[in-house]
Amino acid sequence: MGSHAEGGSQAAGGGQTQRTQYPYVTGTSVIALKYKDGVIMACDTGASYGSTLRYKSVERIKAVGKHSLIGASGEFSDFQEILRYLDELTLSDHMWDDGNSLGPKEIHSYLTRVMYNRRNKFDPLWNSLVLGGVKKGPKGDEKYLGMVNMIGTHFEENHIATGFGNHLAIPILRAEWHEDMTFEEAVKLVEKCLLVLLYRDRSSINKFQIAKITTEGSTIYPPYSLKTYWGFSHFENPAQGAVGSW
Amino acid sequence: MTGSMDLPAKGGFSFELCRRNDMLEKKGLKLPGFRKTGTTIVGLVFQDGVVLGADTRATEGPIVADKNCEKIHFMAPNIYCCGAGTAADTEAVTDMVSSQLQLHRYATGRESRVVTALTLLKSHLFRYQGHVSAALVLGGVDCTGPHLHTVYPHGSTDTLPFATMGSGSLAAMSVFESKYKEGLTREEGIQLVAEAICAGIFNDLGSGSNVDVCVITKGKTEYLRNHQLPNPRTYVSSKGYSFTKGQTEVLSTKITQLKQTAEVAEGGDAMEE
Repeated sequence: MGSHAEGGSQAAGGGQTQRTQYPYVTGTSVIALKYKDGVIMACDTGASYGSTLRYKSVERIKAVGKHSLIGASGEFSDFQEILRYLDELTLSDHMWDDGNSLGPKEIHSYLTRVMYNRRNKFDPLWNSLVLGGVKKGPKGDEKYLGMVNMIGTHFEENHIATGFGNHLAIPILRAEWHEDMTFEEAVKLVEKCLLVLLYRDRSSINKFQIAKITTEGSTIYPPYSLKTYWGFSHFENPAQGAVGSW
Repeated sequence: MTGSMDLPAKGGFSFELCRRNDMLEKKGLKLPGFRKTGTTIVGLVFQDGVVLGADTRATEGPIVADKNCEKIHFMAPNIYCCGAGTAADTEAVTDMVSSQLQLHRYATGRESRVVTALTLLKSHLFRYQGHVSAALVLGGVDCTGPHLHTVYPHGSTDTLPFATMGSGSLAAMSVFESKYKEGLTREEGIQLVAEAICAGIFNDLGSGSNVDVCVITKGKTEYLRNHQLPNPRTYVSSKGYSFTKGQTEVLSTKITQLKQTAEVAEGGDAMEE
């Protein structure tokens, strides 16, 4: 994961403004996928400060307007800033009072512009954002799921994963996702990915939140933990056959 | 006169040319790269033994250098080793330890043990402090049972029920972590290994082509070369590259006779010697 210094310093006469950024408090992967009734999104509730697990009850998935959910990995303060931008956006949209509200596609487009423009100014918002939602369209209820990252790369897919999820969860999602999964199937698939991430991502914790969005609205479920299995016989005394091995 | 006899080097790297290479690099010479095996290799323990698996793509930067190479190397009739990292290093180190095991078998008169191979590999790699870039998955069945180990380039080892290495290791590990359980049967083991390698092949750019599998049980080893070929050539011309006359339209024909312009004079003086 890129934590190289994004440099940009302007020497304006005497004052030098530095836009160098490294992420400080970071959240790890977010996973999302489309299912029959809408979109399901999940992540853990941890935020790390470098190699310390600093915050253990952080909500990295929030509802946006009536039709969308946003999940973020990366710098947490930048996510909070993005939520403020989205607040302003949804507020001014509400004040139009025209019976129309911003759907997930519009919000994704807005976020893409924000992220790309910030990157062009060498002052990025250090996040990978996942935007999912359902809105009534010309073809009925249209489910939408997309992602934007800190350099402005954006795309739409049936299943998304950020951070380590790209390497560990995407192979599972590509093999096992199919159209029109029920909520239970979707939760099972998401939990499978979250468990692998818990085992193999050092910055994930065993406290997850699942959120879903349907035409009825968004629901963010209370956090819970998954059962892990450590009982392999090879884990007990691995060095018995090979001295010096772990 | 004292005879100075040059003792032969006792093996290992010779560092005599390092200063000269450094000087050349400072002058702008680009050293040739090495071929890596951006890879997915896996191993797992099932109820009767171990199953090893590997993809078959060898890369040289962004180019596929060999689309059907063999990454499962022979160590002993009952021990095989998958190699990831620099192709030359994995080949050389596994060949070397394989020969050492053979000599050891002759000396002891017994079947080789997996820990022997493990100890030889790790002590060699540690001596070279990670410069021998070989990451290996070593598996075999000996008189003490089935064993599976991973060996890292710096010389550390793990003993695991299932293991993955290489650039595609995370994709393969996600399959193992979600589907592995103890006491798998032979078919389930092969199936799971093939699935993990396919996850690496399709989700990692450094891995591709085919799936090789090796099943080792007590007294029997089966090397299933190209067990699965999930990337066949789909568009092949049935006629091949033969072009019959008349396939290309002839627009115009112009024939120019080759004319002799030099006349050789008969007779004349003989050549000067």
